[in-house]
Amino acid sequence: MHIHKYEKWWLTFGITCLVVFLSIVGFSAFHAGAHPPSAQVYINQEHVDEIAPFDNPGVRKVEGEEWDYEVVVVAAAFMYTPNEFEVPLGSKVKFIATTKDVVHGFQIAGTNINMMLEPGYVSEFVTTVDKPGEFLILCNEYCGVGHTAMSAKLKVVDPDEKREQQ
Amino acid sequence: MKNANSSKQDGRTAAGIILKKSFLTQGLKTEKRETVDRRDAKLAMAHIYVAMTALLLGGLAGLVQVMVRSGQFQLPFGIGYYQVLTVHGILLGLILTTFFIFGFQISAVSRTAGTLSDKQRFWGWTGFSVMTAGTIMAAVMVLLNEASVLYTFYAPLMAHWIFYLGLAFVVVGSWIGAFAQIARYAQWKRENGKQPGPLLSFMVVVNNLMWVICSIGVAVAVLFQFLPWSLGLVERIDVLMSRTLFWYFGHPLVYFWLLPAYMVWYTIIPKIIGGKIFSDSLARLSFLLFLLFSIPVGFHHQLTEPGIDAFWKFLQVVLTFMVVIPSLMTAFAMFATFESVGRAKGATGLFSFFKKLPWDDVRFVVPFIGMVAFIPAGAGGIINASHQMNQVIHNTIWVTGHFHLTVATTVVLTFFGAMYWLIPHLTGRKLTPKLNRLGIIQGIVWTVGMSIMSGAMHIVGLMGAPRRSNFSTYGGSEQAAEWVPYQLAQAVGGTILFIGIVLIIYIFLQLAFFAPKGVQEYPVAEVSEGAQQTPMFLENWKMWITICVALILLAYTIPFIDMMQNGPPGSVGYKLW
Repeated sequence: MHIHKYEKWWLTFGITCLVVFLSIVGFSAFHAGAHPPSAQVYINQEHVDEIAPFDNPGVRKVEGEEWDYEVVVVAAAFMYTPNEFEVPLGSKVKFIATTKDVVHGFQIAGTNINMMLEPGYVSEFVTTVDKPGEFLILCNEYCGVGHTAMSAKLKVVDPDEKREQQ
Repeated sequence: MKNANSSKQDGRTAAGIILKKSFLTQGLKTEKRETVDRRDAKLAMAHIYVAMTALLLGGLAGLVQVMVRSGQFQLPFGIGYYQVLTVHGILLGLILTTFFIFGFQISAVSRTAGTLSDKQRFWGWTGFSVMTAGTIMAAVMVLLNEASVLYTFYAPLMAHWIFYLGLAFVVVGSWIGAFAQIARYAQWKRENGKQPGPLLSFMVVVNNLMWVICSIGVAVAVLFQFLPWSLGLVERIDVLMSRTLFWYFGHPLVYFWLLPAYMVWYTIIPKIIGGKIFSDSLARLSFLLFLLFSIPVGFHHQLTEPGIDAFWKFLQVVLTFMVVIPSLMTAFAMFATFESVGRAKGATGLFSFFKKLPWDDVRFVVPFIGMVAFIPAGAGGIINASHQMNQVIHNTIWVTGHFHLTVATTVVLTFFGAMYWLIPHLTGRKLTPKLNRLGIIQGIVWTVGMSIMSGAMHIVGLMGAPRRSNFSTYGGSEQAAEWVPYQLAQAVGGTILFIGIVLIIYIFLQLAFFAPKGVQEYPVAEVSEGAQQTPMFLENWKMWITICVALILLAYTIPFIDMMQNGPPGSVGYKLW
């Protein structure tokens, strides 16, 4: 099969770019650990409220883990429990969430914290919160008539500023 | 003509002049059937009538959506936003596309491989009827508010079982229709011995193969999961598995939309602009690469989901990116054709060949806008599929902006551009200069409207605004307040697009019923003289299908077993609308 000289150059250039690009994505995924949320943790969605850590949702400080804080959230049509969280700026936070009924989203607008919540599964994502401010948490997967009523708040506060205020 | 076989053998051993002869003989052969048989034309037009009805109603639903999302309007009579959204997605994403594509493909096979046999046409009509019946079943359930589950119908939201049965009808009907088209190609191969089949028909076969292989996924989900569950025969549904089966189908679905546009670009645009097909073999190869790399890639729609190991997500990300190769080949072929035409017409400078293209011919201009739109659309697609980068945009309205560039601009403008010769050819009429001019205006209206709407969606999506969501202040959130101006821009763009839809419906009616009677050419280009003989391995279907299935098994087997062995017991149904 004949391939024109220029087409060979064009494809060589294109495929080289592709290889470089995928290598960067792969390197940051497998070496730097920047994978999308892919937890394989299972839960009985009909008894979420009785199962730890969802029996006591909210923010907690943890010791001896790779992260400093855990934010535990329960989603159900059409609310998050609890619906307000506060974490200190610069801390490493593990977001742990699940749903009690249909599929919901867990997106913190303006960040890359974005995961699907599916019945029977626990979703997890670890990240460092390095932007101060108040962030909107919202459901980004259609879940029914009250879909857009589903929201919560994440406050990322600078510990120094907070001390000054007090 | 009599020695097509011997000249083909010559072609293998000698180049140049003898090859020209073989193409001349091929040209003679196709000349005999340059028109689509009236009976086939009727079948094709039946599909296109349904497609245009879907376009008008689905477009109206889209107009309503952008209005409501702007926060300035509210729906009357208790109509739900998500009901309208379901109508929009199903009518435009599934019905407009599938019916238009089948109408076009039937005409393409009839034009290049020959008139359908009575039996093939019978199966074509059967497929059409089954698909239409399914569409009506699903539509009635959506209108009765029994199925406001959007076109992705994610479990455990549970629609009425008739909705799922309707979808099954659409899929099965499409298999019957695809079978009729493939059968015509097989007949050509039987009658013409060992030589590559007509390029355009070959492309139709590849697209149908891809469609059948991928829609098995959604058919399995509907028949074995959703129907028994919605009928109450089983209590629970495996949510992750149903989503995985859907996206095994959902991504090739977008290539099923795109490949007919590529058929127009590869085989028809060169003829319209007065050129030849750059390379027959490379065109075939690029289609086969799409067959291989469109299917084992569904996880890139599920990157942020639990229950799927990140390694398998990454593997499918890599497979997803392989479609870059045939896309680059297509871009090269297009520009090579444009340049050869421009140079043949006397262009000398580096880019001056562009000026020689027929910028006053709607059949070229409108699909060309579609090609240009594919550059930002493809770049956006690369972001979407990039493993961890997906988290920035997943389920934001950026994604909506993205596929309004791919399917609603690139694909749809190519289809609109094709209508200017296809509809009059099929109805025995002629494209008039007036409609040609109006068509170019329609293309510009579309471009303006889409630039505003899709541009706003991309920007506000990056700011975090979600897709598939009604207007909301999110409890007075400051972030959500910043989205409102962009949502107004979406409404402005969406309104301009609706004007574009009204225009194209008017043009369609003119072309189908009122344009002067005559013969409108069905343009199909010939292969350029310099091209070499198409190698037969490109028609080794067994080999290509085997590789295709092997890639699917590689990408899906282990994660699927994982879901079956470790997955939760499943979910009961909910009706939350």
